[in-house]
Amino acid sequence: MINKVVKNAQDALKGAENGMTFMLGGFGLCGIPENCISELVRLGVNNLTCISNNAGVDDFGLGLLLKKHQIKKMISSYVGENEEFERQMLSGELDVELIPQGTLAERCRATGAGIPAFYTPAGYGTEVAEGKETREFNGKMYVLEQAFDPEFAFVKAWKGDTAGNLIFKGTARNFNPMMAMAGKITVAEVEELVEAGELDPNQIHTPGIFVQRIFQGKDYEKRIEQLTVTPKS
Amino acid sequence: MALSKQEIAQRIAQELQDKWYVNLGIGIPTLVANYIPKNIDVVFQSENGMLGMGTFPIEGEEDADLINAGKQTVTILKGGSLFDSAMSFSMIRGQHVQLTVLGAMEVSQNGDIANWKIPGKMVKGMGGAMDLVASAENIIVAMMHTDKTGQSKLLKKCSLPLTGVNCVKKVVTNLAYLEIKNDAFYLIERAPGVSVEEIIAATEGTLIVEGEIPEMKF
Repeated sequence: MINKVVKNAQDALKGAENGMTFMLGGFGLCGIPENCISELVRLGVNNLTCISNNAGVDDFGLGLLLKKHQIKKMISSYVGENEEFERQMLSGELDVELIPQGTLAERCRATGAGIPAFYTPAGYGTEVAEGKETREFNGKMYVLEQAFDPEFAFVKAWKGDTAGNLIFKGTARNFNPMMAMAGKITVAEVEELVEAGELDPNQIHTPGIFVQRIFQGKDYEKRIEQLTVTPKS
Repeated sequence: MALSKQEIAQRIAQELQDKWYVNLGIGIPTLVANYIPKNIDVVFQSENGMLGMGTFPIEGEEDADLINAGKQTVTILKGGSLFDSAMSFSMIRGQHVQLTVLGAMEVSQNGDIANWKIPGKMVKGMGGAMDLVASAENIIVAMMHTDKTGQSKLLKKCSLPLTGVNCVKKVVTNLAYLEIKNDAFYLIERAPGVSVEEIIAATEGTLIVEGEIPEMKF
């Protein structure tokens, strides 16, 4: 079996340079590649275009890259929890493309699936559709949306094996599987790295073919954005 | 008396039908889950990748890997399932989800909705709202009838950037339950104790009032 293992985040990010386009998995702070983000901050690469559903919070996730002005352009669906993001966007320091969440997911999927473009009803008649081709199918209007072209995709899984197969947990799956398909180089960081053969092939969410580099992550904070509980009675 | 947010949610819950899959937006819509009518089964879809969303976890049992679309910690019910974002929006665009309930800043009399951006002031992003309103068969908007300055949110034409066009069919506000058709708002029910005149005064768009308008029942 092809071995995809690299030693750490530092080795996993070899070749990451200024001006590149990156995809980063996660929904809010759930399922984000914490180790890769820390390494991007350490490397100091800048002028980046980042494709990620959200932009982290002020002091965690992609917020760490924003604070250091490493991101030139952000492509997301929702950025409501980050004041620094909003400030940089409204002041024009940061270029932002906001796109519908389902369109974002499908554009990631299309990228990895060899589909250059597709029609979706989302955003028809809104500013999201401005400048884009529209077309009627069966009496309903659709907008043509295109695939991305990222150099790297950074994803985070619960378990992975040396062959690059990945299993996600809970709602930490979110954008990670489609982004894994889309990267020219896909880096997977995992909470638990095991030998090939130890994961049940029936349970694999992302087959190893989509993953170029995998490493055992460390020091996961897994911060909860909105803690909501039912009091013990 | 105008309805509280809880009562708006309670009135919307009366629209739920047996065996429906339902997506609830952030804010008032989330509260709808507290008022599911007895003897019907509905399943809540959370667009970040869950069917069968349950209540908030018991204190100490929260899991950072199990959240809803509002990023709140939740639980998953027996028979629930987990999936990725592309599959989640396949369910939504593919009309496998029967009802979407969401909030709005403005709704117009032709069913347009605006809820994601105030140019130059506030940009949160549309999240999944554009996919949801472009696809759902049934869309109910839950919102206050007027904004904080008293301006009507039910308009002839939306002034803010749109989230979707010609899509909203029902609106439940703190004052009324309205349906949208024939390029107008139709007043269907009043909040208990709220007069038709008050609703007319608070509605900028064309409002059709046909016959006696009953009060909501809870």
